[in-house]
Amino acid sequence: MELTTFDKQLLNILQGGVQFVPKPYEAMAEQLGVSEERVISRLQELKEKGFIRKLGAFFNSDKLGYNGTLVAAKIEPGHVAEVAAKINEYPEITHNYQRSCGYGLWFTVITNSDDRRKQILSEIRSLPGVISLLDLYSQKKYKINVQFKLK
Amino acid sequence: MNFTETDKKIIRALQSDFPICSEPYKVIAKDIGISQEELLQRLNNMKREGILRKMGAVLRHVEVGFKANALVVWVVPPERMDEVAAKMCAHSEITHCYDRNTAPDWPYNFYTMIHMDSKESCVEFARELSEETGIDQYELQFTEREWKKTSMQYFME
Repeated sequence: MELTTFDKQLLNILQGGVQFVPKPYEAMAEQLGVSEERVISRLQELKEKGFIRKLGAFFNSDKLGYNGTLVAAKIEPGHVAEVAAKINEYPEITHNYQRSCGYGLWFTVITNSDDRRKQILSEIRSLPGVISLLDLYSQKKYKINVQFKLK
Repeated sequence: MNFTETDKKIIRALQSDFPICSEPYKVIAKDIGISQEELLQRLNNMKREGILRKMGAVLRHVEVGFKANALVVWVVPPERMDEVAAKMCAHSEITHCYDRNTAPDWPYNFYTMIHMDSKESCVEFARELSEETGIDQYELQFTEREWKKTSMQYFME
């Protein structure tokens, strides 16, 4: 399915944010010069077809008392899939990617205690096939803004 | 930081899918057991305080035409970091920009996530960023496979 100009305008607005008003889709419809029904039915279709990863609230984990870190893992060849599967079991690990460098797996860990983070990292470090881990924590988050401008 | 049980209930309710219907906040407020007015007021407060980054959509980037993404890792002199970050963050192709600590075999201290239509455009864009900022020690890492990509669920314990 190809996105129409209308779809792109609608998705651009939706990426910017839903207003905190009783009828937010009506507000979008007014901006686009169409009916509220058209906005709602098209969004349902776009969601169903898989264009939208998530529509909802995105929180700042720091402000909720959670801390995130990025971990790079050096894995012995042939063990990547099984280690990745084990890593995926943790609800605190939300992203886990295989990348093309010496460190084969990259994952994020979000916890609300240092002890829990240390525990997760030490469990992963002791998995068969794991050579070493780099805990790459951040002091300054300069930008987090996942918006794809559709033209 | 202290969150009341009601705060946590609201956060839990908001982290599931936002309803696509005429009055979505009414639906959420009913689930939580508060009025729509109170919910809207609290959302405004959470947004103002920066607890809520955004209430909106994140798209599936491949499906909407951004078929290639790369993590570009850079070595930036610490005293130039803020200035380099300001230059890089001005580009909409960069969705994430963080500093990070280094390790003995890992000199990179600055991370940008870039999204483009092809691998070649990623390479070209990184080269342009390097030229613009004068930072010439960098590496592009392409995602070979996504093993997991979800959203964090807070206050579930």
